[in-house]
Amino acid sequence: MDYLNYLRKDKMPHIWCDGCGNGIILKAILRTVHKLGWDKNKIALVSGIGCSGRTPGYVDFNTLHTTHGRALSFSTGIKLANPDMHLIVVSGDGDATAIGGNHFIHAARRNIDLNLIVFNNYIYGMTGGQASPTTPSCKFASTTPYGNPDSPFDISELAKAAGANYVARSTTFHTARMDRYMEQAFQKKGFSVVEVLTMCPTSYGRANKETGATGADMLKYQKQNSISIKKAADMSDEELKDKFVTGVYVDKDEPTYLEKYQDVRDKANK
Amino acid sequence: MSDKNTTRLMQGNVAIAHGAVAGGCRFFAGYPITPSSEVAETLSETLPEVGGTFIQMEDEIASMGAVVGASIAGKKAMTATSGPGFSLKQENLGMAIMAEVPSVIVDVQRGGPSTGLPTKGSQGDVMQARWGTHGDHPIIAVAPNSVEECYYMTVRAFNLAEKYRTPVVILTDEIIAHLTEKITIRPNSELEIMDRDKPEDSPEDYLPYKMTDSGIPPMANFGEGYRYHITGLVHDETGFPTNDSEEATRQLMRLNTKFDKHLDEILDYEEFNTDDMEILILAYGAPSRSAKRAMQVSREQGVKSGFIRLKTIWPFATQKIKELSHKVDTIVIPEMNLGQIAGEVERLTPDSTSIVKVNHVNGEAIKPKEIVNAIMNKD
Repeated sequence: MDYLNYLRKDKMPHIWCDGCGNGIILKAILRTVHKLGWDKNKIALVSGIGCSGRTPGYVDFNTLHTTHGRALSFSTGIKLANPDMHLIVVSGDGDATAIGGNHFIHAARRNIDLNLIVFNNYIYGMTGGQASPTTPSCKFASTTPYGNPDSPFDISELAKAAGANYVARSTTFHTARMDRYMEQAFQKKGFSVVEVLTMCPTSYGRANKETGATGADMLKYQKQNSISIKKAADMSDEELKDKFVTGVYVDKDEPTYLEKYQDVRDKANK
Repeated sequence: MSDKNTTRLMQGNVAIAHGAVAGGCRFFAGYPITPSSEVAETLSETLPEVGGTFIQMEDEIASMGAVVGASIAGKKAMTATSGPGFSLKQENLGMAIMAEVPSVIVDVQRGGPSTGLPTKGSQGDVMQARWGTHGDHPIIAVAPNSVEECYYMTVRAFNLAEKYRTPVVILTDEIIAHLTEKITIRPNSELEIMDRDKPEDSPEDYLPYKMTDSGIPPMANFGEGYRYHITGLVHDETGFPTNDSEEATRQLMRLNTKFDKHLDEILDYEEFNTDDMEILILAYGAPSRSAKRAMQVSREQGVKSGFIRLKTIWPFATQKIKELSHKVDTIVIPEMNLGQIAGEVERLTPDSTSIVKVNHVNGEAIKPKEIVNAIMNKD
């Protein structure tokens, strides 16, 4: 496939730093769209604010760059107004689970047909490396100079508990797996979440030396520290510390909001 | 919908909901809040009947976001709230202003600040409607004073939103919202319904924020083959962000002056006895009902009072008020706030003009007698 068929060439170069993992995720999104043969006119790619928030500007779809944390709210409106559209929502860890946390759990509860890709780099990159809701305990960020006193969210477990039909987690190192998860997610009716653990060498890597300070180092670190969800099931919390658990967390077919709302319309017109 | 006039008793909030559907609303997203909830409750019943969508969102912020999203995808969309919720909506209201997305926001005003007086009337959000979201921006706000007007003003709000690519705030209040009175509903076929201008350019040539003569660029809906970009960042004519100072000035000045050429259509007010008046009463919303009565009573008592009722609050009817203020020395302004519109009038009129404010912030309606006393210069 030719990625350029899906990119706005005149908007390059992009603003992402050297070694950032966002481009790897973006390419996986485009490969999936290409594989599924979706009509570009019927795709809306929606974001909030942050590094991930700049993704829509680069892709040749209907694109919407909303306010911080609110991408899922706007996408809910688009999907309900035009159910023929495919909604791809991209959001960072801060955007999706801090300022947008309420929208995240309710989109999952509602099981509305949106495909959320979370770019989880455990830090606020755009604003200069502050701690986010997924920064692990004791790790360093520009607002946790003594180590993070907070506990992190597990985004995939959160989405699963809140009711999403499909949830999976990959790293940017595991591109084949990421492609597979995205393909399953994009075809799933109802709310789907693919959480991708990505690297931010500029902010996170520089502050936390053990992960390495370049994109390549951080990819290697992902490879060395990833555990499948099956293996993780038999491991203790202590053993799982600083590990990246990947795999499919949920794959079910509960009725979606759109299906249930069609019932409402039918009842209203009886 | 009937093809004849139908007359019935109706509550203000219910009339707004029915007016919305008549005006073409097919999407509502909201969050429960007193004293606006009847708008949502009514639309939860009526929208699915016409193939529309009602959704109760997780909060006020999400409701406003969903409304903007639905409008971008081509549906006429509305939300309803009250002061505390209106505060939360300011963020995505700003997005609708910046991205120029038609939308209607009903604010049933209650006493504030904060949780305030949830079950009592107020006009405390007049300035929040004007300046609640950050940055310099244009806004349209209208204020009904009867149940019938709740209906037709909502139809008009959708028309203004579509024609001028803007959010429109229906600034009603608990008194009008919970008033039940007679309303005559005309057949839909007799209503003027406006839709947003669609681009005539091909998708390749389409500029979503084009500098048009009217100041209002045509709008393509998502999914119709125009793959363009919408952002809350300052953008150029293509819709993509720009940091260029000259381009930012050009686009922001177009945005901020886009109603200027259309004030004749946007501004709406009614005047009574302003030809021979020696004192002017200016009011809007619930207090305007008492103000009209006060005009009659004061005339019976020998004072030639005139009355202007603002139906459009924002943009402000600057020229009209300047013109009327030259005819009188005193303007009496009853408001259920501490003088938010009185301040606007004050800065338009010479120092010699006396502005007499009649204010309530306790949720109680302003009675005609209080306005008459102000006119007669009695406490």
